[in-house]
Amino acid sequence: MYYREAGQFKTSYKTDQAILPLREDRIGLMLSLVMAVVVVPLVSNDFVLASIMIPFLILALATIGLNVLTGYAGQLSLGTGAFMGVGAYACYKLTTIFPDVNIIVHILVSGLFAAAVGMIFGLPSLRIKGLYLAVTTLAAQFFLEWCFIRIPWLYNYNASGAIEVPERRGFGDLILTGPAADPLTRYFVVLAIVIVFTLAVKNLVRGRIGRQWMMIRDMDIAAELMGVRPLVAKLSAFAVSSYICGVAGAMFVFFYLGAAEPDAFSITLSFQILFMVILGGLGSLHGSFFGAAFIWCLPIVLRTWLPAIGIDLGAETVFHIAQLVIGALIIFFLIVEPHGLARLWQLAKEKLRVWPFPYG
Amino acid sequence: MRNLLIGGLALAAMTAAPLPAQAEDSVYIQLATYRTGPFAGSGIHIANGMADYLNMLNERDGGINGVKIVVEECETGYNTQKGVECYEQAKAKNTLVFNPYSTGITLQVIPKAAVDKIPILSMAYGLSAAADGNTFPWIFNPPMTYWDGATGVLSHIANELGGLDQLKGKKIGYIFLDAGYGREPIPLLEKMAEEYGFEIVQYPVPVKEMQNQSAQWLNVRRDKPDFMVIWGWGAMNPTAVKEAIKIRYPMDRFIGVWWSGGEDDARAGGQDAKGYKTLNFHAVGADFPAIQDVKRLLVDTGKSQTEADRLGENLYNRGLMNSVLMAEAIRTAQEITGKKVITSEDMRVGLENLNITEARLKEIGLEGFMAPIRTSCEQHSGHHSMYVQQWDGEKWVKLTDWFPPMTDKVKPLLAQAAQDYKTSNAPWPDRAEPCVN
Repeated sequence: MYYREAGQFKTSYKTDQAILPLREDRIGLMLSLVMAVVVVPLVSNDFVLASIMIPFLILALATIGLNVLTGYAGQLSLGTGAFMGVGAYACYKLTTIFPDVNIIVHILVSGLFAAAVGMIFGLPSLRIKGLYLAVTTLAAQFFLEWCFIRIPWLYNYNASGAIEVPERRGFGDLILTGPAADPLTRYFVVLAIVIVFTLAVKNLVRGRIGRQWMMIRDMDIAAELMGVRPLVAKLSAFAVSSYICGVAGAMFVFFYLGAAEPDAFSITLSFQILFMVILGGLGSLHGSFFGAAFIWCLPIVLRTWLPAIGIDLGAETVFHIAQLVIGALIIFFLIVEPHGLARLWQLAKEKLRVWPFPYG
Repeated sequence: MRNLLIGGLALAAMTAAPLPAQAEDSVYIQLATYRTGPFAGSGIHIANGMADYLNMLNERDGGINGVKIVVEECETGYNTQKGVECYEQAKAKNTLVFNPYSTGITLQVIPKAAVDKIPILSMAYGLSAAADGNTFPWIFNPPMTYWDGATGVLSHIANELGGLDQLKGKKIGYIFLDAGYGREPIPLLEKMAEEYGFEIVQYPVPVKEMQNQSAQWLNVRRDKPDFMVIWGWGAMNPTAVKEAIKIRYPMDRFIGVWWSGGEDDARAGGQDAKGYKTLNFHAVGADFPAIQDVKRLLVDTGKSQTEADRLGENLYNRGLMNSVLMAEAIRTAQEITGKKVITSEDMRVGLENLNITEARLKEIGLEGFMAPIRTSCEQHSGHHSMYVQQWDGEKWVKLTDWFPPMTDKVKPLLAQAAQDYKTSNAPWPDRAEPCVN
């Protein structure tokens, strides 16, 4: 009944190759965009914007970044947190050296540094596969974290060892970053960047490069025999993935945290994002959003609303309960659907297509 | 599909529902605490002390001048991200004051405080430079800064040796938590080392390796420093004490900052830890009328999470003192503004005009609990006195008299650091808040 392609005729190659060939999907996307652009800013208070929505979008972008590498190109990486850190520190250095340049430009440029670092640490992937590659990216994680602590130049010899986000204005005299920046402004900037990047990645993965990545993922020898160069395919995957992660990392500090110690980019963050990828669905962009929402928003919602709906417990008990619930839900979802929430979504769509006549 | 819709709607309703409104004649204070994670060993006692004193005031006096204090904890796990989340939550609920209880979180919220008009009370931790009230009108770190503490350790060592000039040629080991907290005193220590001609050897302990310090202590054994100074927190402290015992480091030459002085920290070494010293700026023990009130009204009636035998321990009293400062600030703010239910902006004025005298301490049932505290518009910390306590195998014993930090050494450095902070965080807002007396 819903999601039926019947009656939707494609009369040109353009419509046949559209990102969302189904009208229902297009309507759904429009609705979620309206939701994100109009409804969320209207109904949320500062807390929801600053502590839930902004980090959710940024982490969703980081998840997309890792998904390019792990989901599409099949290269397991545990260095996401560190690559995000490279972006953040690069952006900090750039904006302190060139304070007059628009911060958005800096954020986009700082991704390039992350991409370069990612490519260097991606080199072993030409020889090493699977879990072994995960170990070498783990080395990247530890090495880069060490750099963030031990190279004082990176944090401008700050006594506290933390990077602090200065106030930056742009688009007229709008305060974009720093403590005085309005959460709403930050939300819109983040949202715009995330939408543009999602669209770009979507087009990348369904184009020539993306298909090469997927060939490498599915069977690298066959791909090589068909003329896909592993060096180019793997390193480009590392570069694109690290670039996106770097941008996400820079935004994480500049639009969400406001200041960051090296600890913010620890292995915990890498794991968190890997879980978002796995739970959301490997090789799925909307899955990245599902995964980020599940891992980031749900604990906060639980922590905030368990007390608010009258369950009065100590702060630490609420914290423990939230962790228990999240853990149980992760196991539940992975048992019900090992391919992640994206696959669950797809199944739901297939069911909706034939509903209410399941055998029709 | 229907379930999904209902679930989605329920979630949306939950997210959109307004936060509970503030009741009449009450003020809200959020306590950022950590009862979970690797720092819980220290954090639980602090959290208990903070909550107990405020709740005791509610039970005994019906709050402060009839205004109840709504106390709510927010679990940070000593994690900076969660701490910022707690801060945002506290802001949404109009907290009077925010206590980060982590130097990392403090650094994070310092720039936000002035914008959101929420005073930050970082009692003897956080950014030392924040003592400068003209640069940081919203940040308070009484009774003294880490830099005061560092000079306190040095002057105690000098005392032991027989004069500051005796420091020359000595080797002092500095083992610290490799985070904002442990790195904070390094600039001062380095400066003092230059001035007095002693050598400072650093042994950083990464947060993840807190419970495995054998490498650092192996180096200590090799370097043989004359004194060891520790800036540790949470699980790092008991580990360090045990490691020091293991390499047979003379415990009476091992001196910690006030955060390394939990009972559990020294107890880990038992009788062997005898001689271990730390700084302190309040009394240990439950022999105070106010603490007995806590026992009578909360602990004995089961309204507190504190175990009866932990009452009056060092970190518990630290948390309690934190709440004493808040309660006194509320009272001061009420006097100055004439309002009963004050706002966070009034609270800032209260914190800025704290004057807790001996007589006042006696009135609130804490005579001799701490040195009198006074803050002013310029001086948000106050360089108050401290003392050295020593572990006798079972409990802390006061070793020295109260003594002041080397204020003349710290002050110029503080001014310089505040200036540096201002330039590196330009454009840093100038103080716009008038000085109310």
